[in-house]
Amino acid sequence: MSGSTATLARSPRSMAWARRGRALAAFWREFSHSRAGMVGLVFLGVIILLALLAPVIAPAWMLDVTKLLDSPRFAPPSLEHPLGTDDQGRELWVRMIWGARVSLLVGFAATAVSMIIGTVVGIAAGHFTGWTGGLLMRIIDFFLVLPSLILAIVLSIVLSRGVWTIVIAIGLTSWAGTARVVRAQTLSVESRDYIERSRVLGAGHWHIIVKHLLPAVLPLVLANTTLTVGSAIIAESTLSFLGLGDATLQSWGSILKNSMDVSAATAGYWWYVLVPGVAIVLVVLAFTLVGRAVETIVNPTLRSR
Amino acid sequence: MSTTVPPTEAVILEEQGEASVRSSPALKYALTKIGGALISLAMVILLGFFAFKILPGDPVAKAAREHPMSPEQIAQLRAQLGLDKPLWQQFGDYLVNVFTLNFGESYVYKQSVASLIGDYFWNTILLTGTSAVIAITLGLWLGQKAGWRPGSRFDRMTTGTSLVLWSVPTFWLALLLLMVFGGTLHWFPTGGMVSPNPPDDTLGKILDVISHMVLPVITMVAVVYAQYVMVMRASVMEEKSADYLITARAKGLKDDDLRTRHAVPNALLPTVTLVFLHIGGLIAGAVTVETVFSWPGLGKLTYQAIQGPDLPLLQGTFVVFSAIIIFTNLVADFVYRRLDPRVRRG
Repeated sequence: MSGSTATLARSPRSMAWARRGRALAAFWREFSHSRAGMVGLVFLGVIILLALLAPVIAPAWMLDVTKLLDSPRFAPPSLEHPLGTDDQGRELWVRMIWGARVSLLVGFAATAVSMIIGTVVGIAAGHFTGWTGGLLMRIIDFFLVLPSLILAIVLSIVLSRGVWTIVIAIGLTSWAGTARVVRAQTLSVESRDYIERSRVLGAGHWHIIVKHLLPAVLPLVLANTTLTVGSAIIAESTLSFLGLGDATLQSWGSILKNSMDVSAATAGYWWYVLVPGVAIVLVVLAFTLVGRAVETIVNPTLRSR
Repeated sequence: MSTTVPPTEAVILEEQGEASVRSSPALKYALTKIGGALISLAMVILLGFFAFKILPGDPVAKAAREHPMSPEQIAQLRAQLGLDKPLWQQFGDYLVNVFTLNFGESYVYKQSVASLIGDYFWNTILLTGTSAVIAITLGLWLGQKAGWRPGSRFDRMTTGTSLVLWSVPTFWLALLLLMVFGGTLHWFPTGGMVSPNPPDDTLGKILDVISHMVLPVITMVAVVYAQYVMVMRASVMEEKSADYLITARAKGLKDDDLRTRHAVPNALLPTVTLVFLHIGGLIAGAVTVETVFSWPGLGKLTYQAIQGPDLPLLQGTFVVFSAIIIFTNLVADFVYRRLDPRVRRG
């Protein structure tokens, strides 16, 4: 489709879009051959659909404790209670579906923050030489080494409680890996002749960064994004588990926190511990599989292996 | 202070490293690395001031909102906490406190933060150190086996297991192990570091601590070793296609010799830096693992500080954790130099 528009109007812009369309199609062809990547993608699609349809599948009143006074507490999984119930008689499957919304939202939002910082700092560190680049590199290395969980804990405790604090805390502490990859790619692109040509023709920093560097690093950023969403979801659950989350919201981490509060692990309420954890593992694994498949395609050094 | 410490340390390190040659590249290398570590430490301290003194806002104003106070009381409290001074003076006080390891008094424990950290420090080192050694050994060994024959059944199994374990939240695995081996099977104690009535003899005491360590160590190893597997696997795979290995193979060397004597030592080099880089992940694991198994270490202290919230205690553990990581990375740089003659020659 994009190919036909390019033949009609041959402006550089439409040609560029046609080229991007073809590249995307080629990318999809290659991705669809990766079995692990496709399994992950389909699984994530189902989970996202369930999360979006939460109000339809499980109306919000099902979480209202005042309406569940005669529902059994700690009922093990059965036909009547597919995933069992919790300490307040709520169905675990209802909490899981609602929890998916918060866990995924935090995962995606924190990743967006992390990717924006990582890309900007990474390109700047690779593009600007001398003093600025050196300083940025030092900062990247510093954040790479620093224990990100501890820093996220510190941030979420000194800022006001809430989902967005968690998002900022995770985003601000997880960008360094991306910045490093982006910087390496920027350096390798910078040494190519077409950048030199562009510079000789009078292109400024902004032009080179937006027109040449950004398109060259974006595929790597995409691969990193899918991998980072997984670790952001783990980070969210860890912070919630430590009691730093928003207690009024359902997330997979806060469900595990509740299970710890009633000592579910030692009291024999195994489903209360098992269900949220398995959900986290499966979703993170799915993101990892998709991310690795994308990485194999966009990173030429990993190809043909 | 920073101008006097590095040279002496550098000289010691240099004398240990290359006894005979007093070459300037070695000194320069040591100075750069130690200087870098000191800059990182300075950044941690700066970050600490920003996070604990500026971001939280005025603690007195917050307290006054909760319990009504007279203006005199407010002024007195501000003076007591040093908040009436200008910002640069507060920063000066903060610096003096950090360098004299005076992190103030913990609200929760009613005890000085420095002495608390001193009490718990070695417990964390024991736990994370043991886990690190096991995880690194296991990860590197599995990684080189898997990377030597990519696509084999062993490789697929190792990579698969690593990916799954990598996706597991540390604290959940800890809860799971606690549930199965502590709660249901009663094989291991469910928490703490020593039994309520520890045995009298030394051997019994050691075995008692070890039995308390088993579950936390398994958790930390399981979550961390996967990264080492992946790094080592990729590194061996890259070495495999190197020219010198083709030559060695053409000479008729045995496959096992090829791997253990030629490929692995070279593949280890790029791995060293990454191995130490992941120590941060291990430290993060310590917070949740120590919380779940109530191991009396810095991670447990951090958890207590969150529940308070106990900002002086949190600040103390934050600075100490960061310092541990900066120190291990400095060690990594020197180990790397010992291992790789190319870096040594500069």
